[in-house]
Amino acid sequence: MKFTIGWLKEHLDTKFKDNQIIEKLTDVGLEVESFEKVSSDLDNFKVAKIINAEQHPNADKLKVCDVDIGEQNTLKVVCGAPNAKKDLLTVYAGPGSVIPKNNMKLTVSKIRGVTSYGMLCSESELNLSDESDGITELKSNKYSDKVGKNFFKNNTEKVIDLSITPNRPDCLGVRGVARDLAAAGVGKLKNISNMKIKNSGPQKIKVSITKDKNQGCTIFGSCLIKDVTNKESPKWLKDKIISLGQKPISAIVDITNYVMLDLNRPLHAYDSDKIDKEIIVRNSKKGETFEALDNKEYKLDNDMCVISDKSGVLGLGGIIGGTRSGTEFNTKNILLESAYFLPRSIRKTSKLLNIDTDAKFRFERGIDPQSIEIGLDKAAQLITEICGGKVSKFDLQSIRNVKKNKIKFKISLFEKIAGFKLKDKEVIKILIDLGFKVSKKKSELELTIPTWRPDITEPIDIVEEIVRIKGFNNIEILEPQKNRIKDTLNKQQKLFHFLQRSVASKGYFETVTWSFTDSKINNLFKENYKEIKIVNPISSDLDVLRNSIFPNLAFYLKKNLDRGFRDISLYEIGPIFKDNKPGEQLTVIGGIKSGKISRLNWNEQNRLVDVFDAKKDTIQTLIEAGYDRHSLFIREKSPSYYHPGKSGSVYLDKDDIDPVAYFGEIHPNILKKLDIKTEAFVGFEIYLDYLKDKKLKLKDSKSKFQFSDYQKSDRDFAFVVDKNFKAQDLIEIISSIDQSLIKSVKIFDVYEGENIPKDKKSIALNVTIQSSEKTLEESDLEKINKLIISTVETKSGAKIRS
Amino acid sequence: MSDIKKIKDEFLNKLNADLNIESINQIKSELFGKKGKISNSFKNLGSLPTEERKKFASDLNFVKDELQEKINKTIQEIEIKEINSKLENEKVDVTLPERNIVQGKIHPVSQVIDEISSIFSEIGFSVEEGPDVENEHYNFTALNTPDNHPARDMHDTFYLDDKKELLLRTHTSPVQVRTMLKGKPPFKIIAPGRTYRSDSDQTHAPMFHQVEGLHIDKNVNMGHLKGCLNYFIKSFFEVDKIKMRFRPSHFPFTEPSAEVDIGYELKDGKIVIGEGDKWLEILGCGMVHPNVLKNVKINPDNYQGYAFGIGIDRLAMLKYGINDLRAFFETDYRWLNHFGFDPLDVPSNYRGLSR
Repeated sequence: MKFTIGWLKEHLDTKFKDNQIIEKLTDVGLEVESFEKVSSDLDNFKVAKIINAEQHPNADKLKVCDVDIGEQNTLKVVCGAPNAKKDLLTVYAGPGSVIPKNNMKLTVSKIRGVTSYGMLCSESELNLSDESDGITELKSNKYSDKVGKNFFKNNTEKVIDLSITPNRPDCLGVRGVARDLAAAGVGKLKNISNMKIKNSGPQKIKVSITKDKNQGCTIFGSCLIKDVTNKESPKWLKDKIISLGQKPISAIVDITNYVMLDLNRPLHAYDSDKIDKEIIVRNSKKGETFEALDNKEYKLDNDMCVISDKSGVLGLGGIIGGTRSGTEFNTKNILLESAYFLPRSIRKTSKLLNIDTDAKFRFERGIDPQSIEIGLDKAAQLITEICGGKVSKFDLQSIRNVKKNKIKFKISLFEKIAGFKLKDKEVIKILIDLGFKVSKKKSELELTIPTWRPDITEPIDIVEEIVRIKGFNNIEILEPQKNRIKDTLNKQQKLFHFLQRSVASKGYFETVTWSFTDSKINNLFKENYKEIKIVNPISSDLDVLRNSIFPNLAFYLKKNLDRGFRDISLYEIGPIFKDNKPGEQLTVIGGIKSGKISRLNWNEQNRLVDVFDAKKDTIQTLIEAGYDRHSLFIREKSPSYYHPGKSGSVYLDKDDIDPVAYFGEIHPNILKKLDIKTEAFVGFEIYLDYLKDKKLKLKDSKSKFQFSDYQKSDRDFAFVVDKNFKAQDLIEIISSIDQSLIKSVKIFDVYEGENIPKDKKSIALNVTIQSSEKTLEESDLEKINKLIISTVETKSGAKIRS
Repeated sequence: MSDIKKIKDEFLNKLNADLNIESINQIKSELFGKKGKISNSFKNLGSLPTEERKKFASDLNFVKDELQEKINKTIQEIEIKEINSKLENEKVDVTLPERNIVQGKIHPVSQVIDEISSIFSEIGFSVEEGPDVENEHYNFTALNTPDNHPARDMHDTFYLDDKKELLLRTHTSPVQVRTMLKGKPPFKIIAPGRTYRSDSDQTHAPMFHQVEGLHIDKNVNMGHLKGCLNYFIKSFFEVDKIKMRFRPSHFPFTEPSAEVDIGYELKDGKIVIGEGDKWLEILGCGMVHPNVLKNVKINPDNYQGYAFGIGIDRLAMLKYGINDLRAFFETDYRWLNHFGFDPLDVPSNYRGLSR
């Protein structure tokens, strides 16, 4: 919503300064986006001085001038004027400017082999006089200190640009803004001068509103103006239109626009000679078409509100007019429309046809149904003033009376919500200034809501009116109380924050990526999840919700590899999606690692990252989060995007069906398909939702402290087992032989190759044996040794290596 | 007598030479071995006249002790010398780099969410969450934004079905509705999380973060709202004074509604919060609309309160001097390293938001 202070003052009698008005606008909720002059094409014309003028090398009649336009460097301009000479002050037009005389747009161009940056202008080219023999000569006493300044003064007024919230259609007109300011104490709202125009008789074109179901038009006001001379608008009107950044078209169109901007009262002017007999406001029928003023042909559906005549559709009521009945410069007779269209109908039609116009924007938010005659009056008055003509009586068709909405308002509600008290008198004054009719009954007000305020429907809206007019700075700051109703974080949230920092502490950088991704990448990781398409994606490569954390991590891994990084550790904690319904999402922490450990380190052997790095980070994270390492169980099963032989899944317990995490090297096919060039690429995923309720509170997690001071003994064993036999099972077999004696089992070597059959491997273990009751004697140790060997051999088919 | 002195002088001399452990042991046995000089002298004791014997024995013992002591001392000195020279040989260049350090980083959005949670925790708020995928009822209708409301156009919504019933939430406000439906008042919650709008340019990202606040009780009014936000902004920016401006605005789900600006100035191209005469919009808030309360079966005559929504990314940018919103989501390793936080820097009530 744009307007000038001058325009505002046509409605508001005020002594406030510009900056006070600006401040107050924001204070009452009409946010000022900017307050500045509209830049004009004429700003491109500068006062310039010719520093040097030389003969053009390839043309006798041209000169090449060095021109000072107040910038650091002079510019080369080719000029054909005989009077172009050193030290002359003249007018320079830069590239992009439009020469007033012939509307030619300047560009940087080569003239006979010499590049010319702009042009020096004659008075004729600037429309200053008919003098076209040479370039403008400016008097040095007046212009010598103005080199580089604009030659033309920008006479346009500063323009206020307001951002109007959707609930305030009334402030889409200057008068509405003035009313709010007046209520807030910035002067007095002027009365609209109600000059009754002499009418020349009845409006002779019959208008009817059909009683269709869901008729979108409830009132249609009109008048005929005969014998007008349509022309360009006078300067004052043109200036107003231009200052708002719009283009003047013709007096009639400009006047209807002006009234709309002034009173928020959209109007439409028809060339009445082009109307076939009568106006019928009705619902459209499927398949009807018309050409709108935006020069597009629209095909209508059933039940759109149209203005039609005997031959067909003229326009879409309240949205856009048609070319068939549009006014032109030779239009003699016009029919002026001022109507009320229901917001719901406007919104529905414009959405279906995808049309956005100024009128639509306003009707959609709600126009004052009582502004019909004021609008006709003001427009007709201006048209007769500027274009002449005779105005008919106003014709008013309506199928529904304008309802005066009333509400009851308990004055105490204000203090209850706002937290401070106002005198009843003050409350009443504010409401009256805003246009309410107020009658007071004890502590309750009966209010008639102004017809221009469709947003006000209940008592709480009245509270808002009073608070915003009075100003938010009257609200007292009440210090917050520190009482707590429940814990800040629940268990699952604590786990989230813990895991987030636990993974970072292992050297990973946390990232946050979109919840959506490229379906092509997602397909590599989606497994059995459903693809969830976004109907209106921001771009075709962000077209689905992610089914996994990995698509984006892989994508950004590649980007960072391209930046020259090799050893990358990234993770993200966030949602992945199973379906397109609320709640069908899982919280996952996913980490990836690429490249080498200890690259370029002077005293550590470097090596590629591998599956056991991913496993370590997964297991350590789970242990830190409070899960018992001895209960964790590993299986080989993992999603297809992992290396099938170098990946696994983690279960909180051997008997669990759902894994809580996966880890492993990423499948080489994925790297190939995504063209990721790295020496090694591993990853892990932990599913927070599956980690539920396994964790004791810290206070319950410490069992009784027990220890043994008796001597402990270490024994080493090497077993030859089937290649596929799991180390985890071997440890499990040994640990469960006698838990009171076997304190720990450590694998310190795995060997395949010479001296071992091809389908076998050797696993070397160290077992710590300690009793909590006595020092074990050699015979005790021998017994347990034998037991370990015999049990392992029976249960696993292993052979002790001799 | 002179023999004793001779032995003494001779061996003290020997012991003063440059010796190693072997040569000392040699001297030791020359003196105290079975055939050593001192031992021999003691053997001679018996052949002396009684009157001389006593004195000789005493002198001999004296010399013996003296030599013994000298030997021990020398051994000690040599041992110290030897260990010192051994350590000298083991010397390394300690200015060589230490073993590899791995240092992870927490994303600024996560850090700021933790800061926000910590601040609100202090005044009794708890954290609630809701799904990223919402239906239009929770995202709009229940929040007093019916289908024909122009305010819906202000949210460029991502839809997940053709009927436009399923969508990515455009704000965290649906969590208000979900929280109130599943519990009973009073409510005092914040809800941080991801939000989505189909809008993408230098200052808009299709995904961003908001934190919702909701406080519903019997007598919560706009003074409490102001106090709560004033406390939050001051704590968050870690300043004592803050310039704040409440500007009336409009949101369908609050009435009255306001936007809040904070004062700032530019110093050397950097934003300094709390001073200056420029205003920066940082959040929207208001009193929860009675229709929203009715929609969650709460009687607005008995309960009332405020709600607010703050852009988390925006707060992070202001506090930590980050210029580009888009960079938050581009996973540039250099950026993450630069703007990320050490995982040990956990914001908390007792140790403060930062070091």
